[in-house]
Amino acid sequence: MKLLAKHTNDTLTIFLEGELDDSCVDEIREKSEQLINKNKHIQHLIYDFSKLTFMDSTGIGMLLGRYNKLKKLKIPMTIANPNKQVLKVIMITGLSEIINIK
Amino acid sequence: MEPLNCMKLEISAKSSNEAFARSTVAAFSMLLNPTLEEINDIKTAVSEAVTNCIIHAYEGRDMETINITTRLFEDNIEIIICDTGKGIVDIDKAMQPFYTTASSDERSGMGFTMIKALMSSLHVESAVNKGTTIIMSKIINSEE
Repeated sequence: MKLLAKHTNDTLTIFLEGELDDSCVDEIREKSEQLINKNKHIQHLIYDFSKLTFMDSTGIGMLLGRYNKLKKLKIPMTIANPNKQVLKVIMITGLSEIINIK
Repeated sequence: MEPLNCMKLEISAKSSNEAFARSTVAAFSMLLNPTLEEINDIKTAVSEAVTNCIIHAYEGRDMETINITTRLFEDNIEIIICDTGKGIVDIDKAMQPFYTTASSDERSGMGFTMIKALMSSLHVESAVNKGTTIIMSKIINSEE
């Protein structure tokens, strides 16, 4: 699992590449936290899942945690370009009801 | 009914084995000519069940073992995942969405919910301090 970040204007985009499961979720959570803490002035955070090939509900827990933190900072969060498998997991867990999916 | 084919896998309860377990069961399921969506459903369900064993059954004791038996029938796949971990005190409660006994981290409590949504059937047997067996199956509609 690779994590890359890009800061453009007021938006921080976090790109995840590979498979997101319990084996790497702690690392992704920590790196996301560090990026959010360094960039609290942003207006928007996007998780770009174009190269995320698989995610199970472990990822949902991590995303929900980030969403709750960002909500306190009043920063909206978007999940962009999930593939069919990832989108299905997001829909089943109801995460799509609270987080914007693009 | 006798299965057409059977595969058994025994893995250490390491999270680094989750991808191996789900990919192996998915690869074996190919013999039934599943659709891509069906393959992904199986991969995800196996991932959820194996993660449950690692996180909840064994609570990180990664040299314990998880046994996965996969049986193929004419139009369905049966996957049995068992551990000898701490067991589930209240199975009905465990099956509820968002319920988790994990004390820390950000656990969504959606493992069983995911398996129920993706598979055709799910049966859970458990005894405290003895272990848990999950039997799940999925009807596979072969691609013509």
